[in-house]
Amino acid sequence: MYASESRKASETKSDRPNFKTAIAIAMFAIIAAGLPRVSAAQGPQPLHAGEEVLVTSGEPGRFGGKLVASLRSEPKTLNPITATDISSLQVIGLMAADLIHINRYTQRTEPALAKSWKVSRDGKIYTLQLRRGLRFSDGSPFNADDVLFSFQVFLDPKVHSAQLDLLTVGGKPITVRKIDDYQVRFDLAEADAAAERLFDSVAVVPRHLLQGSYQNGKIAETWGLATSPQQIAGLGPFRIQEYVPGQRITLERNPYYWKADRQYRRLPYFDEITFLFVPSEDAEVIRFQAGDVDVISRLSAENFSALNNYQRARGYNLFDLGPGLQYEFLFFNLNDIPSKQTEEMAHKQEWFRQVNFRQAISAAIDREGIVRLVYQGRAAPLWDQVTPGNKLWFNSAVPRPPRSLEKARELLRRAGFSWKSDGALADSRGHTVEFTIVAGAGNAQRAKIATIIQDDLSQLGMRVQIVPLEFGALMNRAFETYDYEACVLGLLGSDADPNPERNVWLLDGGMHLWKLHRTTPPTPWEAEIDLLMRQQLTTLNYEARKRLYDRVQQLVAENLPLICLVSPHVLVGAKTSLGNFRPAKLNDYTLWNAEELFFRQEESAKTR
Amino acid sequence: MIRDHKLWLILAVLASAHLIVLWAHFFAPYDFASQERAIPFAPPSRLHFVDPEGHFHMRPFVYLWEPRPGTETLGAYVEDHSQAFPLRFFVRGARYKIAGIFDSSWHLFGVEEPARIYLAGSDDYGRDQFSRLLYGGQISLFSGLMAAGVSLALGLVLGALAGFYGGLVDDVVMRCAELFLALPWLYLLFAVRAFLPLHIPPTQAFLMLVLVIGMVGWARPARLIRGVLLSAKERNYVLAARGFGASDFYLLRRHVLPEAYGLLLTQAALLAPQYILAEVTLSFLGLGVGEPVPSWGNMLASLQKYYVLTSYWWMFVPGLALVSVFLLYYQLCKVLQEQVKLVRF
Repeated sequence: MYASESRKASETKSDRPNFKTAIAIAMFAIIAAGLPRVSAAQGPQPLHAGEEVLVTSGEPGRFGGKLVASLRSEPKTLNPITATDISSLQVIGLMAADLIHINRYTQRTEPALAKSWKVSRDGKIYTLQLRRGLRFSDGSPFNADDVLFSFQVFLDPKVHSAQLDLLTVGGKPITVRKIDDYQVRFDLAEADAAAERLFDSVAVVPRHLLQGSYQNGKIAETWGLATSPQQIAGLGPFRIQEYVPGQRITLERNPYYWKADRQYRRLPYFDEITFLFVPSEDAEVIRFQAGDVDVISRLSAENFSALNNYQRARGYNLFDLGPGLQYEFLFFNLNDIPSKQTEEMAHKQEWFRQVNFRQAISAAIDREGIVRLVYQGRAAPLWDQVTPGNKLWFNSAVPRPPRSLEKARELLRRAGFSWKSDGALADSRGHTVEFTIVAGAGNAQRAKIATIIQDDLSQLGMRVQIVPLEFGALMNRAFETYDYEACVLGLLGSDADPNPERNVWLLDGGMHLWKLHRTTPPTPWEAEIDLLMRQQLTTLNYEARKRLYDRVQQLVAENLPLICLVSPHVLVGAKTSLGNFRPAKLNDYTLWNAEELFFRQEESAKTR
Repeated sequence: MIRDHKLWLILAVLASAHLIVLWAHFFAPYDFASQERAIPFAPPSRLHFVDPEGHFHMRPFVYLWEPRPGTETLGAYVEDHSQAFPLRFFVRGARYKIAGIFDSSWHLFGVEEPARIYLAGSDDYGRDQFSRLLYGGQISLFSGLMAAGVSLALGLVLGALAGFYGGLVDDVVMRCAELFLALPWLYLLFAVRAFLPLHIPPTQAFLMLVLVIGMVGWARPARLIRGVLLSAKERNYVLAARGFGASDFYLLRRHVLPEAYGLLLTQAALLAPQYILAEVTLSFLGLGVGEPVPSWGNMLASLQKYYVLTSYWWMFVPGLALVSVFLLYYQLCKVLQEQVKLVRF
């Protein structure tokens, strides 16, 4: 989970990297000969003896050509262990692979570097069979020692990897043991309903290249952008070729990649993928429209409509994938902040803490209006944190009342509020209800949502001011100083599973936004959400888990710690000639199956 | 005295622009914050004289906008010809307060609900651009004028001190002025704005903008006034008056400062548009008055978005208003300069 400043380059944290995958899987061992060390220019290596490649089911494509994509900020590192920003993760996602992968399209787990796995009856022991005969992109062989080394690094608290939290189950880190060169056993302290999905975030790194720097304690600094491409290797479909600061980063084919198409030809099809650094969404749109860039993701609804008019003429297709996993919401500052509490903030928090007050605000907000004005209809209204895009976990029983100012007034009256002669709302002690909403200044959508809410609440007699804040400053106020009254923010679920959501809903979660600092005991519903989230974590049966999580959604919709508003659609575009293009609702939306992508016609292969 | 018709004409146009903006409550058909969420980015209302049957009407009328069937793009509307809504003058509409005391709801013109008359189209919330333009002018035009006033007052006092007394005062004031001139003003405004609290009500934000812009720009007028005073105070009649025992204050008031009046006037005409632009720039960058209060700067800010820039031409209207006001001010400046020369010599 992370707070998303979507459609903006300053995204700093992200969900799991997009390791490569295929749609349907079959296993094959092909007999061939020889393994000379090759450059990518010579094309893919033929499949060789004893190599257990994964055969994908996509349409067989045409080799060669280069794909141009864009990034809104430069990657900060090529190190899969320490990378947290979205650009780094997107690039690394093409250069690294994991043991078990979440298929971005089906949202289910599938074999990757592990060809199969067994789970013990109690759900605590996972035994993974690794593929044999695989090679890193520098040609050196892959085996269980690399897996052991990778997990050693990821689990080392001194390294501060972003995945450490996820790999800590039941308060203890996962332990890893080597059974033989191609079998690895993972022991969990307690059963974890989503254990298979944990492996998705962990890239297997080459021991022979990184062991030295790990022993020197310098692993965090290795594989920066200045590192020579020869010293970086991974198991992803591409490897680094060139980085030009301020302009682009170019990846070339990994000639040893471990997936093949239906005709047993080694993937990927593209010789190269280039990411241009384009500073803003508008600049990205213009370059896409001009044909400089082949794929575009994270489009805003307005730009989607603007591009829509020229779809046919310019040779690209746009895709509206429906609501994704992102949810936008309004929340109030419920933190316990007695030390620096001003009297003003104290009585404001008295309002915010009343469920009736929050319910009144939720009832007064015109969600349909937000959908229409901010997203041009390309969003879904929301009443809890699970979006309609999340088919497995969506709870249709949560009440979704339409906007009603009468109901809002009734709720406020019940909470002891009344209206002055000039129409202003006042609490039982006569304080006028005024507060500010902070919203990210760089995020046009959220600023607009705030303006609509301001107008909606003014009809209840509330005086609301909007304070646009730079994203870093906003995060600082929300997470460090607690110096805000209300805030519009969005969260992007990294996975359809409720598990990554736990840091939002557990009482001690790092994203427990509305109340990060607590000195008073939790309210009954907060305690119940916490308990339910802990229970679902160790419940292995889907139906039982769904019941628990449904109840969480119910509690969120009733008590509104986050007043969920809308879930924007995932909007992407690509050249018409791009084959096997299957955009997904999970990040990375467009290039998650980069190894299978290809250009259909000869003329579309560009010579730039 | 000045008798040029051109000058009076320009002054009259400028003054009426300011008056209309000041009485925006009356001239604007709608409140600046009132949202009509069904019609975001509606094009300017068309005033019809001829109905679909071909009959001519003396009183112009408008139709309702409804979304063009089959399009998803915002701003694609067609007129619903089933019902006409004639334009009416002196109608009752949104309530407002005159000078903060008297309640009123009279507006110069309007149409019957549910139709809306949007002379300059609507913005992304379906708010009337024309009404917002008038209300926005209150902020933009008057912050320019008032900031120019602040700057000139400061410049006059400091410049007069420096020019008249000279010596250490002159040194200190002029070095400060050079410092202010050397600072890039836009960044200075950013810095000053960053020091101030974020959430402030619109009226405070407005006054703060005026103060910030005005205080930053005192150096130029101060230097010019100092120059004029330096030469003026050495004139023989000033020396003579001093010889007769005139006090400093008397000398300044009677003999020295009048020399600077022409300069003050031209500076005012020059600084006002500059400061209007400063306010527009700050608001454009989100540092001026906040939503939903309009200023020409934050109205233009929506043009930062590519799709607005390319799709909805009526969003440029505040820019047009800005250009016309600038041209008027610069004409005024030119005429003033000529006239002042004529008067003096």
